[in-house]
Amino acid sequence: MDNAFIDIVGVSKLFGTVTAVDNISVSIRQGEFFSLLGPSGCGKTTLLRILGGLEMPGSGKVMIDGQDITHMPAHLRPTNMVFQNYAIFPHLNVEQNVAYGLRRQKLSREEQVEKVSSALAMVKLEGFEKRGADEMSGGQKQRVALARALIKRPKVLLLDEPLGALDKKLREEMQIELRMLQQQVGITFVFVTHDQEEALTLSDRVAVMNEGRILQMDSPRQIYERPGSREVADFIGQMNLLEGVVQSVGDVVTVKASALGEVSVSENDQGVNVGDAVTLAVRPENLRLRSDSEPGAVPVTLAASAFWGHTTYYRVTAEGADAESLDVAQQDYRGPERAGDQAWLCFDTGDLLLLKDQS
Amino acid sequence: MNSGTGVAARILGTYAVIYVAYLYVPVLFLPLFSFNDSIYISFPLRGWTMKWYETMLANGALHRALINSLKVGIATAFISTVLGILGARAVTRYRLPGQKPVVAMIMLPLVVPEIILAMALLMVILRAGGSLGLVSIAAGHILLCVPFAMVVLMSRFEGFDRSLEESSQDLGENAWWTFWRVTFPNVLPGIVASLLLTFTISFDEFIMAFFLGSTEPTLPVFMWNQLRFPRLLPGVLALGACILIASVFIVLVAEWFRRRNTPETQSGDMIIG
Repeated sequence: MDNAFIDIVGVSKLFGTVTAVDNISVSIRQGEFFSLLGPSGCGKTTLLRILGGLEMPGSGKVMIDGQDITHMPAHLRPTNMVFQNYAIFPHLNVEQNVAYGLRRQKLSREEQVEKVSSALAMVKLEGFEKRGADEMSGGQKQRVALARALIKRPKVLLLDEPLGALDKKLREEMQIELRMLQQQVGITFVFVTHDQEEALTLSDRVAVMNEGRILQMDSPRQIYERPGSREVADFIGQMNLLEGVVQSVGDVVTVKASALGEVSVSENDQGVNVGDAVTLAVRPENLRLRSDSEPGAVPVTLAASAFWGHTTYYRVTAEGADAESLDVAQQDYRGPERAGDQAWLCFDTGDLLLLKDQS
Repeated sequence: MNSGTGVAARILGTYAVIYVAYLYVPVLFLPLFSFNDSIYISFPLRGWTMKWYETMLANGALHRALINSLKVGIATAFISTVLGILGARAVTRYRLPGQKPVVAMIMLPLVVPEIILAMALLMVILRAGGSLGLVSIAAGHILLCVPFAMVVLMSRFEGFDRSLEESSQDLGENAWWTFWRVTFPNVLPGIVASLLLTFTISFDEFIMAFFLGSTEPTLPVFMWNQLRFPRLLPGVLALGACILIASVFIVLVAEWFRRRNTPETQSGDMIIG
């Protein structure tokens, strides 16, 4: 990337014999909201701690704003971190916590008070200056941790699952605030989460990680609509994954899938040959149920339905498909919907995503 | 069934009363007889007097012994607590090769009979050409006190979240400032408890002070010397009463510090402290 602000080049980290980060290279633009998404133990937090200088990489190079910081100790780096458990100093009040990083700036008392109160205003904690560390809720501690990091005006803010400990409603509220705050201060955010919805909502770009490697790095929309591998497709959102075998290749690829019969799909840069075992991925919301037949529709039997409010999920099995079932998310289906009822499944072949199986 | 538990409760109650009486009544005789106008420790009391306290205050040898004990006690408390901080931090923060045997070795003086340690130290010091005195007593006391300091401080360090130190470094403080601004204030109650505990152990320790001392006795050795002369006994009782009150005071202070888990937030002027 030409205008890389953070450049991670071939970084690896071993803990004993376990490879936590396996030769990862990432470039992040200035002002970007970049998420590292993956299950626990995938190496995302280790990579974040390498950026912050709390872990040293075994090999590779880390650059921020043109400066090689690979071996720079944490206290000299232009980064600040919001820790997963907030790490609020228990012996200091809110004001002292937020001002902690200002000691070396040798500010006058007035300047410091002003800086602290504007930092607290930024996270909507005005008037909390004298509050003790143990007199705050999780959400308030979270805000103090943010103010304490942002008051340093870092080039990069590192966030380690900062919303993980909050309840669902507060978390959604904080997500919106965090995104607005990031746009307001214009600081590059690197955000670690295992919550795919959170990553998709907040980020400019997402790197999906597993076992120390990056599986895919793209915009949230691309990650959601065009996952590059079965692993990513399975991890992000609800996805029907259907086994199939390639019948012919050309401008379009014909795949025979047991659940859907023979379908033509785009090649999707997968480079497949006739006879390859592949996966067809399709989102539940891209499938439709009809009570009457129409061209291209597949006859199915309903197995179960579940009302989710904004939509209803139906589990259906295609006829002669060895009980391989598909999930359909649909709001307006009004046909018979008891288990065992017959219906027709419709889809656009454009919504079917061809993924080559890893050998 | 009810009467059965009633009997058990009565036996338990009686046992508790006897136990507490056995523990404290002899101790309470100390101040009582220190005011008795007789050199014999027996009832009935002959009359109230302050003269034993007056002779105690006028006793120059006693003053020197007290000063000696304070010197040894303060040096022991300070040095063994510093060693305890370093050791406790090392074993709770890092994974060191051979950590378990090393910690076990440090803790060993807790179970080795003190008289063995005292004799061994005496031989080593004399063999090495060292001289006996307050320094050798303090050296022996430090050996005894480091395990206690380690135990007190290790539990404090273990209950201390490592991410607080990382957060301090992340906010721009190096290891030295991180220790003074975050680690130290959070383990301070443990440090105070360790200082008081090790001082108390040193202050009333007899065997080491007897073996490793010279002509300058510490307070316990001085008291033991006095006990050989019956007419000096009431003076020792007066001294004992004073030490008793001082010990109770120290225990109360230590307890107050231990309970003060989260120190109160300082005033605005201390904002960066």
